[in-house]
Amino acid sequence: MNLRKYQKVYKKFLHTSLAAELEYKANILVDLITAILSLIGSIFLLSIFFQNNGYIGGWKFEQALIIQGIYTILNGITNTWFNPNLTEIVKHIREGTLDFVLLKPIDSQFFISLKKINPSGFLEIMLGFFLLFFCIRINQINLNLSFLSLSLITMSCSICILYSLWFFISTTTIWFVKTWNAIEVLRSFLYIGRFPLNSFSFSLRIFFSVFIPIAFITTIPSEVFLGLSQLWKISLEVIIASIFLITSRKFWIFALKFYSSASS
Amino acid sequence: MIFNLINRKIFTLLKVQYSNMLEYRIEIALWAISGIIPFFMLNIWTNNNLNESINISDVMLSRYFLCAFFVRQFSVVWVVFSFEEDSLMGKVSPYLIQPLNPFFRYFAQHLAEQITRFPFALIIAFFFFIFNPESIWIPNLGILLLSIVSTFLSFLIQFLIQSIVACLCFWTEKASSIERLLFIPTLFLSGLLAPVVSFPAYVKSWIYLTPFPYLIDFPANLLSGNKTNISGGLSMQILWILLLFPLFKKIWSEGTKKYTAMGS
Repeated sequence: MNLRKYQKVYKKFLHTSLAAELEYKANILVDLITAILSLIGSIFLLSIFFQNNGYIGGWKFEQALIIQGIYTILNGITNTWFNPNLTEIVKHIREGTLDFVLLKPIDSQFFISLKKINPSGFLEIMLGFFLLFFCIRINQINLNLSFLSLSLITMSCSICILYSLWFFISTTTIWFVKTWNAIEVLRSFLYIGRFPLNSFSFSLRIFFSVFIPIAFITTIPSEVFLGLSQLWKISLEVIIASIFLITSRKFWIFALKFYSSASS
Repeated sequence: MIFNLINRKIFTLLKVQYSNMLEYRIEIALWAISGIIPFFMLNIWTNNNLNESINISDVMLSRYFLCAFFVRQFSVVWVVFSFEEDSLMGKVSPYLIQPLNPFFRYFAQHLAEQITRFPFALIIAFFFFIFNPESIWIPNLGILLLSIVSTFLSFLIQFLIQSIVACLCFWTEKASSIERLLFIPTLFLSGLLAPVVSFPAYVKSWIYLTPFPYLIDFPANLLSGNKTNISGGLSMQILWILLLFPLFKKIWSEGTKKYTAMGS
């Protein structure tokens, strides 16, 4: 019953935010061109890296393209859901409108994480899938049930980790009010998810798997695609994703205790 | 007399904006951190010995990327985002009445932000040298001055381009998406992620005719002591400014005629 209520509410969210975004149709076209150019740009950069080397960090060019595909999908998801909503949190807290969210008979985290949607991110997700299908062909990957389920599990874990990272930083707004730039820092760190983890030096590898688990976000799903991933890595990702999700939830509830509305 | 008056105006604007920016020290520090992507790129380059193929030693490459970081720090432009917000909120109207082009205000904002950012950039450079002590060097005074000039020219080019895009706000409400589109070629072609010398020949044949390599690659090469054509680069920068400035004036005068204050 409860689930059905949330489903119904989410449908309304979708409807209102799509209607609002479709006001700017030319904007969506510009965003599509941006997404295509940005994919071309990162493949261009990758081709520079590979122009005189067959391997980078043990990855061939065709294999590294899988990482690009997965990054593009995740970036599209970020642009569709995380970015528009979680930047809204900053606004809610600064202007004190979070009060209205908290008063609603609905879970506040659900409300602020899913209220808005940016349809131009869909195009990026589609682009990413096209690239992935292309990679499946050129790398001659056999599609079977265990592969599909494993890649689905790892991808959803990556989405969970990504969401938690975004949500975590947005939550700190309750104390620091302006965390706009902290999000920029996260964005620039996420940028390295475009490249195989093994292409970085040892210290950076440690940093990006222990402190900010960006390594897990794109590299493990790509390894699943190539059939290289060991089971312990996948289960580690599942564990990390659940820790992140639970912590971000706990942190939100903890932070709300310190919320004192605007100008009070 | 007139010159004196302008001088005083600029000085006052700068002072006001500098004290304004000092309010947001942490924000600016975070923003400085979000510019460290060149260091990740450096890590990929040196860790995979990719620089051997383009005949740049490890030390020179690390200096190049450090300089690219610095040039980027002092040529970041965000005028379109400020102008879009001001124009949507109707704040442009009072600015238009003042006997001063509102873009001077944004220009002063940028300069003040760069002054605030300077110590943070130095701290990041300090950490960079701790990890890479072999890449410490002291450029001679002439080169240092020239590269400061060329960094400023690069900032001017980007400021003019973005101001032109910002003026599109008079016609469409979301000019920032056009800016995001323009940012993609800037990111990949300016030399922030890979030095332009490493680009394949089919790109190198036309790239020097575009403004992009003069934004980061040229000043960074100049400062780091890598091979570059000093007089050619500087004259191209000035040429682009001379081209863009009349365009900006034209679009500004057209736009202000078109302007109808929001909500009127």
